[in-house]
Amino acid sequence: MRTAFVRTLLAAAQKDPSVMLITGDLGFTVLEEFRDTLPNQYLNAGVAEQNMIGVAAGLALCGKKVFVYSIIPFVTYRCLEQIRNDVCYHQLPVCVVGIGAGYSYGYQGATHHAMEDIGIMRSLPGMSVICPGDPYEAEAAVHAILDWQKPCYLRLGKAGEPALHSSALQLEIGSALQMQEGTDLTIIATGNILETAVSVTKVLEAQNIRVRLLSMPTVKPIDTHAISRAATQTKLIVTLEEHGPIGGLGSATAETLSVGNMNCQHLLLSGPATFAQMVGSQQHLRAKAGLDTESLARTILKRYQSLS
Amino acid sequence: MPETNLQRLSDAAQKSAEVRRTVLTMAHRAKNGHIGSALSTVDILSVLYHSFLRVDPKAPKTEDRDRFILSKGHGCSALYATLAQRGYFPEKDLETFIQNDSYLPGHPSALHVPGVELSTGSLGHGLNVGTGMALCARRDARNFRTVVLISDGECDEGSTWEAILTAAHWKLGSLTCIIDYNKIQSFGTVADIMELEPLADKWRAFRWHVQEVDGHNHEQILDALEQATTFADTPSVIIAHTVKGKGVSFMESTVEWHYWPTSDEQYHTAIAELTL
Repeated sequence: MRTAFVRTLLAAAQKDPSVMLITGDLGFTVLEEFRDTLPNQYLNAGVAEQNMIGVAAGLALCGKKVFVYSIIPFVTYRCLEQIRNDVCYHQLPVCVVGIGAGYSYGYQGATHHAMEDIGIMRSLPGMSVICPGDPYEAEAAVHAILDWQKPCYLRLGKAGEPALHSSALQLEIGSALQMQEGTDLTIIATGNILETAVSVTKVLEAQNIRVRLLSMPTVKPIDTHAISRAATQTKLIVTLEEHGPIGGLGSATAETLSVGNMNCQHLLLSGPATFAQMVGSQQHLRAKAGLDTESLARTILKRYQSLS
Repeated sequence: MPETNLQRLSDAAQKSAEVRRTVLTMAHRAKNGHIGSALSTVDILSVLYHSFLRVDPKAPKTEDRDRFILSKGHGCSALYATLAQRGYFPEKDLETFIQNDSYLPGHPSALHVPGVELSTGSLGHGLNVGTGMALCARRDARNFRTVVLISDGECDEGSTWEAILTAAHWKLGSLTCIIDYNKIQSFGTVADIMELEPLADKWRAFRWHVQEVDGHNHEQILDALEQATTFADTPSVIIAHTVKGKGVSFMESTVEWHYWPTSDEQYHTAIAELTL
């Protein structure tokens, strides 16, 4: 996913000299081509994230479109006030690019896990939150962000996420992508766990449940129309995210259902609101959190059957 | 023949005294504090806006204008008074300072106040954003300078030192930082709370060009600002030794006037001192 991001950004930056990429001294084997191809549009700001965001704001105030790249906790939590005051308050075209969604850095320990970032970034006024589900969505997200010209948080996995769409697509900020039509229940997934949502859908279909599958790459602004349609046309909305239960896709969906006075069952599937108690691979930590295909399908099936 | 610095500063004393009176009137009307923090910056702001910065109040967004950031946003009454004096907005609007629905908040907003380049209020942001602006000037060979005024207390912030390290590494000669070194921070003296000395040596060690001036001497301030323009690859810091509450005898060098608003009697006494 991050390879698709960098490749797309490089192509866009070659056409638009106002596009800049700043890294907080990370990106080994990922950013070298950008660095070497467009040295005047590239910057390594060192291990100083607060300064990096301030510098990005200063560049944006002088006309640049800036992408700021690091591992999620470092480029969000560490410099939150700089993002809030310098970027969001001034409504600047700065995109905070966070690598390592959810348990992507599972083995590296809790300092590197990212299970609260959507909630934190979503709460910032004027900030959009975009979590691509596969490399095609990542590519489309870069184009959408360059057109958006406002503060954005782009939440990426790490590397090696499979393509789930069949070809390049258009992504409109605020719009869900319907991957499959269905009339019994709706699964809405965001980010790099979209792959699991696809496999869960197949398991449920084998049980003769007609599943509508929506990818929701933009958690903010969320697609209220797609949620409204799902609430009207299907019996159950399931939200799935590799994130804690507070403030993420599930929260955004619950807020939409509540504010819109929509009468629909909602099953919020997420990781825990606690730190992981052990390390392990992404797959291992997902399974521990009940975010593996088998556990998810079982939970959804049980809830769905309770409605019948 | 170009004007000498002395000619450029011909009525600086008068303008500064006027801003000090305005600051006191704004604070008194609003029952607001931060008077001491504003008064220590008045002479620096006066020199910047009347004698140094290439800015045009009638075209405040011109692409290659010089940029000024008041990083110590709590001293903004002096900035507002100076901007109004310079013609950015009507002086009458200063009467609305921190009133309901005013566009003049207690910390400056770039979204609402003409002439304000960056919204500040939380310390340790201005020099970082100024570093980004100066970097843009260097990368794109643009001809503007960036000046950031920070407080001494703000030198406690780690983010400030990140910017200091970075600006020197990136050789940002178009960046000037002025420290309003009034020796008193929020809750006590700098010496007691978080000693900064040897301050000049610290900045030199971070590879900045360092000048020290009397921050109430207009000629020294302007000379230092001009000197700072002569280094293409080295950012400059001007350590301006100032007096908190400068100009009002009972406010000078006190912690209390970081916070207190004036009584009617104190206000009239202060105005009288500044009118002599």
